[in-house]
Amino acid sequence: MRHTVSVLLENKPGALMRIASMFNRRGFNIESLAVGPTERHDVSRITLRVDCEQHPLEQIEKQMHKLVNVLRVAELVPGESIERELALIKVSAPLELRRDLLALADVFHVRVADLGPEALVFEIVGTPDELESFEELVRPYGVRELVRTGRIGLSRASDRKGIKRHQNVLG
Amino acid sequence: MTPGNGADAVVRSLEAEGVEVVFGIPGGAILPLYDAFARGTTVRHVLARHEQGAGHMAEGYARASGNVGVAIATSGPGATNLVTPIANAWMDSTPLVCITGQVRSTLIGTDAFQECDIVGVTIPIVKHSWLVPDVEDIPSTIKAAFHIARTGRCGPVLVDIPRDLQEAELEFRYPDQVDLPGWRPPRRGHPRQIAAAARAIAAAEQPVLYVGGGVLNAGACEELLELAEVASTPVITTLMAKGAFPESHELHAGWPGMHGPKWSNLAMNTSDLLIAAGARFDDRVTGKLSAFAPGATVIHLDIDSAEIGKLRRADIPVVGPLPEILAGITAELRALYAAGETPQTEEWLRQIDSWRDEFPLRYSHEGDYLKPQLVAETLRDLTAGRDDVIWTTGVGQHQMWAMQYVVCDHPRTFVTSGGLGTMGYGLPAAVGAKAARPDATVICIDGDGCFQMTGQELATAVLEDLPIVVVVVNNGYLGMVQQWQAMFFDERHSHVHLTHQVPDYAMLAEAYGARGFTVSTPEELEGTLAEAIECGQTAVVDCRVDPLEHCFPMIPAGAAALEMIEYEEREGAEA
Repeated sequence: MRHTVSVLLENKPGALMRIASMFNRRGFNIESLAVGPTERHDVSRITLRVDCEQHPLEQIEKQMHKLVNVLRVAELVPGESIERELALIKVSAPLELRRDLLALADVFHVRVADLGPEALVFEIVGTPDELESFEELVRPYGVRELVRTGRIGLSRASDRKGIKRHQNVLG
Repeated sequence: MTPGNGADAVVRSLEAEGVEVVFGIPGGAILPLYDAFARGTTVRHVLARHEQGAGHMAEGYARASGNVGVAIATSGPGATNLVTPIANAWMDSTPLVCITGQVRSTLIGTDAFQECDIVGVTIPIVKHSWLVPDVEDIPSTIKAAFHIARTGRCGPVLVDIPRDLQEAELEFRYPDQVDLPGWRPPRRGHPRQIAAAARAIAAAEQPVLYVGGGVLNAGACEELLELAEVASTPVITTLMAKGAFPESHELHAGWPGMHGPKWSNLAMNTSDLLIAAGARFDDRVTGKLSAFAPGATVIHLDIDSAEIGKLRRADIPVVGPLPEILAGITAELRALYAAGETPQTEEWLRQIDSWRDEFPLRYSHEGDYLKPQLVAETLRDLTAGRDDVIWTTGVGQHQMWAMQYVVCDHPRTFVTSGGLGTMGYGLPAAVGAKAARPDATVICIDGDGCFQMTGQELATAVLEDLPIVVVVVNNGYLGMVQQWQAMFFDERHSHVHLTHQVPDYAMLAEAYGARGFTVSTPEELEGTLAEAIECGQTAVVDCRVDPLEHCFPMIPAGAAALEMIEYEEREGAEA
């Protein structure tokens, strides 16, 4: 089962490396990882996507908690949190097909970030599912290059239980 | 505020932390720090002969004293030589601060002479580490290093200081507090869990206290003794916990795992309640995990929540400092007993006693050779009743015999490499233990393979006036490897023969200015060991023992604990 884990960590040299090293050493696999600044200049947020059962997930969270630079670890529960991802997709766009492609983009509210004589670059922001659907649709036109940021997430504005902290009566 | 430079700030910080002794070797990138030592300090510096030796000395010091051990090395090879002690301290949760010199800030990343990214190299084996960015950060970093090393689950940290920062001017001021928002070890066990643990203990008929090194690290030995006595519960101590509970006590039920006696493993594996305290269900203790103590409910007490459920599901986990948790459980138990409940372990204790009588440790007394077990037994008898003896060991057969035969009734008197299994640990660890406890008689039970990995630290013992007794259980083999080759690889001995004769350990000892003895018969054994122990100087006793003696009982790796191979009188050692 896939889980999204949100980690707040001190913005210190090597902090990300310590997390990556722990995952590697303990044999946990990261599917995607996005890191960036937060509302506090000295704190970064990592959004991690991992594919594992509940027991290894608890181990991951506890092992991360032991890292000195890690301030908070929480799972983002589906439905109670917002998850978004950005993709840039460079698609072959000869003149005769360009109109179709632009229509497709319109339906998905996808921006055209750049336009060239034979290709264009779409910029899509959405849930990972939406990104995948759009990618599927433009694939027949010829996807030349693609980059995704990896998902980021926050608990919902309305939901105070959006962040599930793994309490295991451990004090 | 004291004027000076960054190196002075390191020394003043060590003094402020109450450090009595550090172990190290100077070199280019750490020269300014050594100059600061030369300008005067209350800290004693013990000069090792190899940085690995310095690191193990610091570990031995930490384990014998309960204080944080400190090792110092230069950049590059000096720092990489500390990697093994750091990994060892990581596996055994030993509080260790390593201070390394680094090339000048301006040269970092240029492949400068003796440059090595030691922070990068050691990330998987430290609790935390720092490449100090600015001279101003030196005092707060050292403060944080000591704080992290000794709080929560103990372990190693590393502070890497570029040479130019050591030389930069700094008005020294030691901070009162650490600023570590992400470091919050648990402060107390959950009262509900403590109460649940007490109820489970009161209800158990066949409980076992499974005690690991965490009890020693936490300084919870008195609380453990009280709980065991109040609950009338047998106590099994792991290799790392040897001495955490008095081994002469009637409730002590031996040692678990691969080379533990059969009666101890029987008790552990047929228990109905395992109270794991500061223990981590290591594979050398459990054998095949799915077959380990299958009928037992598990209470798991630990400072590190990540240990809970890591290998064995805990029915009643309690996370927090062990002294307070153990005392809390005892208090709850007293209340339960006052309300009419009583311990129900009488029959269980009788059962364990009968197993103890039925399955004692045995070995063959036949043949011409001195038996290694006899060496351990003789050392035990020579030191019986003494409370001033600290044992250290290397890793291998001799270590297991030391575990089986030596009696430790006091905490911090058995210093060994458990998790990492670092050959060569024993001799430098003995030097460190002697520095911690100058009043103690420190005896290293070593193997011949181990001795040859760190034997040069005899020079340190002799010249730093830290006399130790090294008893080399010399079977002329990498004995444990030879045993595995004999048992599991059809006796194909592959590259394990070291010989009894080379080197001549007694001559080597004398070359270092120590006393050297050689023993090859049972008749000379007791007298020679007694002389070595009483001589007051560093001494090496080369005990030339049976080259093919095997250590029994043994649970083969991956086998269930009760599938152990026992010593058999007739067929001899080749089981």
